[in-house]
Amino acid sequence: MGKKKGFIENLGKIYGYYTLGFLAFVILMAVLEQVGVPNSVIGYLFIAMTICIYAVIGVLARTAQVSQYYVAGREVPPVFNGMATAADWMSGASFVGMAGSLYILGYDGLAFVVGWTGGYVLVAILLAPYLRKFGAYTVPDFLGSRYGGNFARLIGIVILFCCSFTYVTAQTYATGIITSRFLQIPFEWAVFIGLTGILVCSMLGGMRGVTWTQVAQYIVLIVAYMVPVVILSYQITGLPIPQLMYGGVLEKITALEQSIGVTKLTVQPFTNYNPLNFFGLIVCLMLGTASLPHVLMRFFTTPGVRSARLSVGWALLFIFFLYFTAPAYAAFAKYEIYANVIGSQITALPDWVALWSNVGLLTIADGNGDGILQLAELKINRDIVVLATPEIAGLPYVISGLVAAGGLAAALSTADGLLLAIANAFSHDVYYRMVNPKADAETRLIVARILLVVIAFGAAMLARTKPADILSMVAWAFSIAASGLFPALVLGIWWKRANKAGAVVGMLVGFGVCMWYLVGTRYGGMDLIFGVGNISAGLFGIPAGFITMIVVSLATKSPSIEMQRFIDELRIPRGKALAQNR
Amino acid sequence: MASKSEQHWAKTRTLMWIVLAIWAFFSFGIHAFVEKLNAITFLNFPLGFYMASQGSLIAFVVLIFWYARRQHTIDKKFDLHEKEGK
Repeated sequence: MGKKKGFIENLGKIYGYYTLGFLAFVILMAVLEQVGVPNSVIGYLFIAMTICIYAVIGVLARTAQVSQYYVAGREVPPVFNGMATAADWMSGASFVGMAGSLYILGYDGLAFVVGWTGGYVLVAILLAPYLRKFGAYTVPDFLGSRYGGNFARLIGIVILFCCSFTYVTAQTYATGIITSRFLQIPFEWAVFIGLTGILVCSMLGGMRGVTWTQVAQYIVLIVAYMVPVVILSYQITGLPIPQLMYGGVLEKITALEQSIGVTKLTVQPFTNYNPLNFFGLIVCLMLGTASLPHVLMRFFTTPGVRSARLSVGWALLFIFFLYFTAPAYAAFAKYEIYANVIGSQITALPDWVALWSNVGLLTIADGNGDGILQLAELKINRDIVVLATPEIAGLPYVISGLVAAGGLAAALSTADGLLLAIANAFSHDVYYRMVNPKADAETRLIVARILLVVIAFGAAMLARTKPADILSMVAWAFSIAASGLFPALVLGIWWKRANKAGAVVGMLVGFGVCMWYLVGTRYGGMDLIFGVGNISAGLFGIPAGFITMIVVSLATKSPSIEMQRFIDELRIPRGKALAQNR
Repeated sequence: MASKSEQHWAKTRTLMWIVLAIWAFFSFGIHAFVEKLNAITFLNFPLGFYMASQGSLIAFVVLIFWYARRQHTIDKKFDLHEKEGK
């Protein structure tokens, strides 16, 4: 114990040295490139080195204690839990795809920026402190205790599985793509290297291992995101503060857009989404954020209720650093393309254009055959904006390696959080709570680890088939979580009258309506209702869940006196955790 | 006379509604006026665009820390905060 206390007290120093070490590594790579080490070696070193670091942390954080495995011993200080949450939250898609979505959608893409940040306000005021006071190991654990019984728990597990498994498959896929490109091995094998990278963080140390690797991964991903855009900002505007400087660039983009006759201006709202879909998407993303089990479970690891609240603030601050940079990324990339690529002779385009069109992420078709590139003749995949920026800005290859390491860190950290959320629901809620409540600590940890490997392997096998449908279903996770879990979680804390019957029916109806709209509009040929897009299916599921839960609760008898006392206890910070967790 | 924990919860609930109102304003309210705000320029940004890309985000971060402080004050007032060391 003595040694571990020292670890917590010295976290600042340890991660400070780690950050310096990482920067030194980047500089070393830059030097190696200058002395003529080939690019492939640089890329290889970036991937191998960072995975090795995560593996070392994963091994050092191994544990044989149940509370360490499930909630990192509940001793993670708010700032570090904030960093871990930020890494847990920002997926490969946030890192690689967000700026691209903003590039393509302009103002309307900001629905993602607002939606994926504002949800944390709901986490802070409505859920995190109370769930922390309850002292659960998992989200279904809370549902099971509050709504008396395994039925509510089981529905919680089903919803958790539906929203988290597609998501973890997509993250495994992303690790495979990055690994295969930079280690130059076939994708089918790269997926398994990615899988190893995921498992080394989580298998030995559970939540403890994942927490401390996620902090390390946050540092890698934020450095990797900032460096290229800061350089780009310096090149275009003369000042290395992209977040402040891109306002002027937006003005230039607008002027360029008007001169080449673009009808949908970047800064003009509601050109791709109408207001209903813009605000509907914000609602679904926010409520989804506040219900996704892999996010909520991070706030079970803080020392107390007050630190859980603070920790949400830190998490959002660390997320904010990336999200307020993404629109700048998009603006600089767009400016480069409008100013230097559009209107050029097609035969005289910069090298990176050919490079990316070779891998199919960019297509050029000289529609009118005049040999000059028009905007309509250029089609860009959204992933290109972040990945190609180093080349667009003419930066050395070391920056590309850094971006790859950042994308890998983002995908690995999210995959770890999701995997642990799923495996823990099965090992803690299904096995321990429902199948074998007498299991001893050792057996429980063995079961937890076996399930972790099985689920990870399942996700990797699925990712290996490059399932296009699964990948596009990731955005569904938010609507599913919001419709199925949000009403039961929030009303469970804020409304004493909410009872078992109400919660069970409410979860089933919310989840059912959401799935019906998602599957119906995508596969069933169903028409959109009021034009609400598939991605915002929660607009139907959330009210359906709330209304049925309230109506059914009121129509059945109120919860027992003991349950009401339990809720009173939940609402005050003082006192012991309520869950009976050994 | 309401008990200590009832009074504490009443205060907590009021704070929750206040925070929720501010949250709703920065999530939806302000963006409903984006077209009007875009006529104003702020740091070279059209203001409506700025609010969605940075302004609301900053408000969310500040709001959470402010809430954490307020709630802790309420907890302490009713002597229901956690003991030292938490």
